[in-house]
Amino acid sequence: MGLKIIVLAKQVPDTRNVGKDAMKADGTVNRAALAAIFNPEDLNALEQALRLKDRYPGSEITILTMGPGRAADIIREGLYRGADKGYLLTDRAFAGSDTLATSYAIACAIRKIKNFDLIVAGRQAIDGDTAQVGPQVAEKLHLPQITYAQEVKSAENGKITVVRRLERGVETVEAPLPCVITVNSSAPDCRPRNAKRVMKYKHAKTVTESQAQSEDYIDLSTDRPYLNIEEWSVNDIETDMKWLGLGGSPTKVKKIENVVFQAKESKRITNNEEELEAMIVELIENHTIG
Amino acid sequence: MGNLFVICEIEEGKIADVSLELLTKGRSLANDLSCKLEAVVLGHQLKGIEKQVFPFGVDVLHVADSKDLDIYTTLPFTAVIVDLFKQEKPEICLLGATTLGRDLGPRISSALQSGLTADCTSLEIGDHEDKKAGKNYKNLLYQIRPAFGGNIVATIINPDCRPQMATVREGVMKMEIYNESHKGKVKTIEVDKILKPEDLVVKVIERHMEKSKVNIKNSSIIVAGGYGMGSREGFNQLFQLAEVLSAEVGASRAAVDAGYADHERQIGQTGVTVRPKLYIACGISGQIQHTAGMEESAMIIAINNDSNAPINKIADYVINGEVNDIVAKLIKLYKKNSK
Ligand SMILES: Cc1cc2nc3c(=O)[nH]c(=O)nc-3n(C[C@H](O)[C@H](O)[C@H](O)COP(=O)(O)OP(=O)(O)OC[C@H]3O[C@@H](n4cnc5c(N)ncnc54)[C@H](O)[C@@H]3O)c2cc1C
Ligand SMILES: Nc1ncnc2c1ncn2[C@@H]1O[C@H](COP(=O)(O)O)[C@@H](O)[C@H]1O
Repeated sequence: MGLKIIVLAKQVPDTRNVGKDAMKADGTVNRAALAAIFNPEDLNALEQALRLKDRYPGSEITILTMGPGRAADIIREGLYRGADKGYLLTDRAFAGSDTLATSYAIACAIRKIKNFDLIVAGRQAIDGDTAQVGPQVAEKLHLPQITYAQEVKSAENGKITVVRRLERGVETVEAPLPCVITVNSSAPDCRPRNAKRVMKYKHAKTVTESQAQSEDYIDLSTDRPYLNIEEWSVNDIETDMKWLGLGGSPTKVKKIENVVFQAKESKRITNNEEELEAMIVELIENHTIG
Repeated sequence: MGNLFVICEIEEGKIADVSLELLTKGRSLANDLSCKLEAVVLGHQLKGIEKQVFPFGVDVLHVADSKDLDIYTTLPFTAVIVDLFKQEKPEICLLGATTLGRDLGPRISSALQSGLTADCTSLEIGDHEDKKAGKNYKNLLYQIRPAFGGNIVATIINPDCRPQMATVREGVMKMEIYNESHKGKVKTIEVDKILKPEDLVVKVIERHMEKSKVNIKNSSIIVAGGYGMGSREGFNQLFQLAEVLSAEVGASRAAVDAGYADHERQIGQTGVTVRPKLYIACGISGQIQHTAGMEESAMIIAINNDSNAPINKIADYVINGEVNDIVAKLIKLYKKNSK
């Protein structure tokens, strides 16, 4: 019995290497100034989906990503690692979305994809660290959710069993399908790209990308439909515009400040016993220790 | 105007520290706003629970007591709170950025179409002028949080939707009794009237919870180790220093990731926030995500072989050299000088 699985994956700026020009004046992220990567926990999510596909032959994995045109990279990366197809949700109308507006747009796209047994998201994206989109999508689709998933034990007979990793322990829960799960970084890492699949999918493109190419490529994709990455704009999904983008986002950024350290006057001590002992004696005398 | 609500968590019959911290903050914000502080507790066998929260200044406690709420699952908790909030229309809702709060918060915010700011490090009341729309807002909740991996601090507001929701990590706010003899009102939520069968479809079939063994948050001296400890064995030396100083051992994320220490010892933006009397940072470079959780320590000693390590900027004493060697000397010298 194959499963139809949708993996939510986001392209994120690599916040581990942030420079000065990372934020725009209006408080939104200047994505162009940063390297864009596959959100780390979304790779953990993809791996859980791939394991289910290994276990339940006939399963199909669809990557859904919302972002600018270059987020098509996320879908290609997913295809290289074993996903079957992907949708890129891209439109200026989505720009400036907070998590609520993002989850609304994603939920609308999922309603259009329609046939699915399981939605797998990462626990959180490293650009915001909010961990909200998974549960918010679940609520919008009126589905149960299992967050902090570390391992999917099974997904059969209309039920899924998942081990959750919580702050102070582990918990095994069972939910009916369809449902939404969000996967932790404590779950296994994603398998690497498969060389054959890289060969097969390296010319996979969205319409916009193909149009920017020479005609050969357009021919190639009419010949081989698996090279088409579906691209949806706001007109392709059913939405109420008032819930989208900056306008549909209840939260607004009022102010952004760079973090600056107030350097303290510090006492410099070298590694010799007299100096260390003087410090210890001082700390004992002023009752910091002892 | 609606009131300020705090969703409280319980652990084995005790209100969690993070919830009491939020009640403390909530009380002071409610005073600023001249509104009431209300709390919600969901669980099973909660008789007498109000005694734990009233001293923190709670004016109204909503209690949802049911077998179906004994172990947390998302759907029934969401149903009860969404139902309550539709009636009460809170101005503000605060909850802990715990595994529970981060599961429940977004669900509620999505159901109520309201904004939620995760992991706030500071909450204040302030005004806002929207020049484009020509609107002035009074008394909004400023939700202040690090963003972008801690490289910037953002102030988030939620001008039009209610409640204004925020989660806060444990240890970030201070916990303080408001008035031992403060008395509020208890209101009982009729859970059976709210829950439907479809709210109960998720079942917890097994659970292994460990009692927290470490208590770094309440320790007045912390010896913290980083990746510079070099190995698990090297890191373990810190337990000896901690023992002689009656201190607790903390760790940086790099040390936790390398397997030198357990996750519950992690200090920083994605760990706990601490403000001890003395913080000894051993082999920790002092990246902003780490210092965010310890920079309010009264005194900081940094031990590092790099004289330009960022941690040195916020340290009161900078000891330059090999960490294992220095820690061994500190143990010896302390024993010699203390009576
Ligand atoms: C979103 C996000 C959240 C994060 N949250 C946290 C968090 O909550 N807590 C946290 O700690 N980090 C967090 N980090 C990681 C943080 O950015 C740093 O990577 C981490 O704090 C570095 O840990 P460290 O200082 O132990 O390791 P390193 O940066 O590798 O530093 C090791 C230090 O030890 C010194 N050293 C090495 N050998 C010796 C020796 N023999 N003797 C003396 N000194 C020596 C080195 O000079 C260096 O200064 C987060 C990162 C991100 C992106
Ligand atoms: N723009 C997006 N496109 C696809 N998936 C997303 C997007 N934003 C968030 N997600 C999913 O939701 C998870 C949580 O994101 P966040 O709430 O931003 O921390 C991510 O790990 C993704 O799986």
